[in-house]
Amino acid sequence: MTGSPHDGARLAEAGRAPSGARDEVATTGEPLLRLRGIGKHFGPVQALAGIDLDVPAGQVTALVGDNGAGKSTLIKTISGIWEPSEGQIIWQGRHVHFRTPKDATDAGIATVYQDLALCDNLDIVQNMLLGHEIRRHLLLDEVTMEKTAKRTLHDLRVTTVRNIRQTVGSLSGGQRQAVAVAKAVMLDARLVIMDEPTAALGVSQTALVLDLITRLASRGIAVIVVSHNLNDVFKVADRIAVLYLGRLVEVGPAPEYDTASVVDLMTTGMSQRSRTANGLAPTPDSGQEG
Amino acid sequence: MTSANPEPTDGGTATATSPETVPDTLSTGSAASAELLASSVGEYARIMLRRIRGGESGALPVIVGLVAIVLFFQIRNSLFLSAGNLVNLMTQAAFIITLGMAEVFVLLLGEIDLAAGFTAANGAVLALWMMAAGNPWWLSVIAALAATSAYGALQGLIITRLRLPSFVVTLAGLLGLGGLVLFLINSSGRLGLGGVITLQNNIINDIEAGSLSPVASWIVMIALVALAGSLTFLRDRRRRVNGLVAPPQSITLIKIAVYAVAGAVVILVANVNRGRLLPLRGLPWVVLVVLAILTCYTLLLGRTRFGRYVYAIGGNAEAARRAGINTTRIRTLAFTLTGLTAGITGIIYASYLGSISNSVNGGETVLYGVAAAVIGGTSLFGGRGKMLDALLGGLVVGVIYNGLELLGLSASAQLMWTALVLLAAVAVDGLTRRGQNTS
Repeated sequence: MTGSPHDGARLAEAGRAPSGARDEVATTGEPLLRLRGIGKHFGPVQALAGIDLDVPAGQVTALVGDNGAGKSTLIKTISGIWEPSEGQIIWQGRHVHFRTPKDATDAGIATVYQDLALCDNLDIVQNMLLGHEIRRHLLLDEVTMEKTAKRTLHDLRVTTVRNIRQTVGSLSGGQRQAVAVAKAVMLDARLVIMDEPTAALGVSQTALVLDLITRLASRGIAVIVVSHNLNDVFKVADRIAVLYLGRLVEVGPAPEYDTASVVDLMTTGMSQRSRTANGLAPTPDSGQEG
Repeated sequence: MTSANPEPTDGGTATATSPETVPDTLSTGSAASAELLASSVGEYARIMLRRIRGGESGALPVIVGLVAIVLFFQIRNSLFLSAGNLVNLMTQAAFIITLGMAEVFVLLLGEIDLAAGFTAANGAVLALWMMAAGNPWWLSVIAALAATSAYGALQGLIITRLRLPSFVVTLAGLLGLGGLVLFLINSSGRLGLGGVITLQNNIINDIEAGSLSPVASWIVMIALVALAGSLTFLRDRRRRVNGLVAPPQSITLIKIAVYAVAGAVVILVANVNRGRLLPLRGLPWVVLVVLAILTCYTLLLGRTRFGRYVYAIGGNAEAARRAGINTTRIRTLAFTLTGLTAGITGIIYASYLGSISNSVNGGETVLYGVAAAVIGGTSLFGGRGKMLDALLGGLVVGVIYNGLELLGLSASAQLMWTALVLLAAVAVDGLTRRGQNTS
């Protein structure tokens, strides 16, 4: 019902597109997404204030913070669920206003929520192409869809799935996460936001998902990961952004932090253990906030 | 372990987590179509057996149940499996099957249409009226189907726009349309003398009462089997050629053989002389009508975007919405199709009875329809089921109805037996769901 005749061609391209995107990222220094002075209040409650954040392509940006710090509000603002009360979103160098989640998705921002938004009764191929089915003579073209889905999963090296025609309800948590991410990649997402991707997973499943996150970034896709689990954050993040009571208190390259300093920042908004104490000089990039 | 999805050989940047640390998580996944995973007939049988143990039995329970009930009646009365009675059964079950198909559209969404029985009755009244007034049969049928579709659409709009539960909205429809059909019949003057409107058209009457000639029956069935068989064969071959998971050729051929045997059995039964005074042979037209609807709807649900979206909404409406699917439109359309199919049911019902009377019980009929779909394996909770379920379940309901009548048992026994079978079917549905959740 929705979609255009171009869907098929666009999806068929999805498998190849990222290699080009990666080169482009390497040559241009402009971050994919820039937030400037983003604030959001619900009535008198100020949920976010003065958020300045750059999200570069090809890197994993971890968004950490205690409960109520504004992580969810921030990603919902980026993904078009809520419009910011103030500030600007600059996406690929252009000012944008996402009024609905669809606006954001169309622009190339895919959000993988904790509930994953998968249909348990449909199989992997059907889920990955949901809303973007490929047709031949008005009927669904299962062969082309299955090939397209198979190629995307192969590109992401999701190999633990025995049969891509099994229902998503029969998959493990990590595999479901992988399907949800593959669905986003298939729709040409340039930025994938993942909300607590490892929260409900066991050790091996977590490894699977972290591997997938790294692979996304290596394909030139920007990734924002919201997580409570600092172990996981330090395994995959290139950059860490710490929210505290609706403010961004720190942002910088991950190697400049350790678990203790991030915990301090999350709980108190500041850290006694300065970055220089770890033997690393602050970079101009990370100094812009503050 | 990854027969369908070979491990990529290009090494790669396996990061902190190497593939070896990921254990085999596949034992949980048993839902894949067995025929796609098997590489031989023996393996197919083994996979099927494992799935049945895992609580995923597909159409098996209803087929086993059908055979058991048929055997029971045959032992009690040897006339049950006579050709005459079996053909009689086909004509009796037809309207239950089509009403079951009507319900499948909304059951897949996790909704229900309790008004469908009286939608059918009102459609029948309208068609019979128009024919009695001298309109051609096709115009009368089109007008009746348009009216029932429009009513289905109206229900769909109320349910989706006002966000009301379909159970209550269609319960109101059940009551209101029940009143409407009484009003229409009682106010139809000389057309509805004694509260009965008679069917006055031979073509519509012949849907249930007429048969193809024996030769024509064979030709039609051979054509149908050939069509279904070649479509199955070509689809499986296309999958194999494209290197996708596909059933082995032997399974494909067995499936086609099953179609052929089933078709041949139906025609052999239908072509036996079942007349008492004059010879009467051949396939009743209604069987072709039901098969045609089954084919169209199976195609609609299985191979179109609309069908895919119906399953998606039934499985996870929020996921469907986020995927950009206009859920309001799809749901309204599903209710419209239920109305359309109810209209077809009304025509078949009028043809079966030769009339429509003010004693028509649309409330009981619709529950038979729902029972047919659920007995066949369609879930009441949405997302699971197919059109074939209505056919199989409708046959079960029809067999009970017919068999108990043959044994001379009363309506009370018929209702109670149907209740037991329905309960058994819902229990199987529930156990299946539990089996899937714990696996």
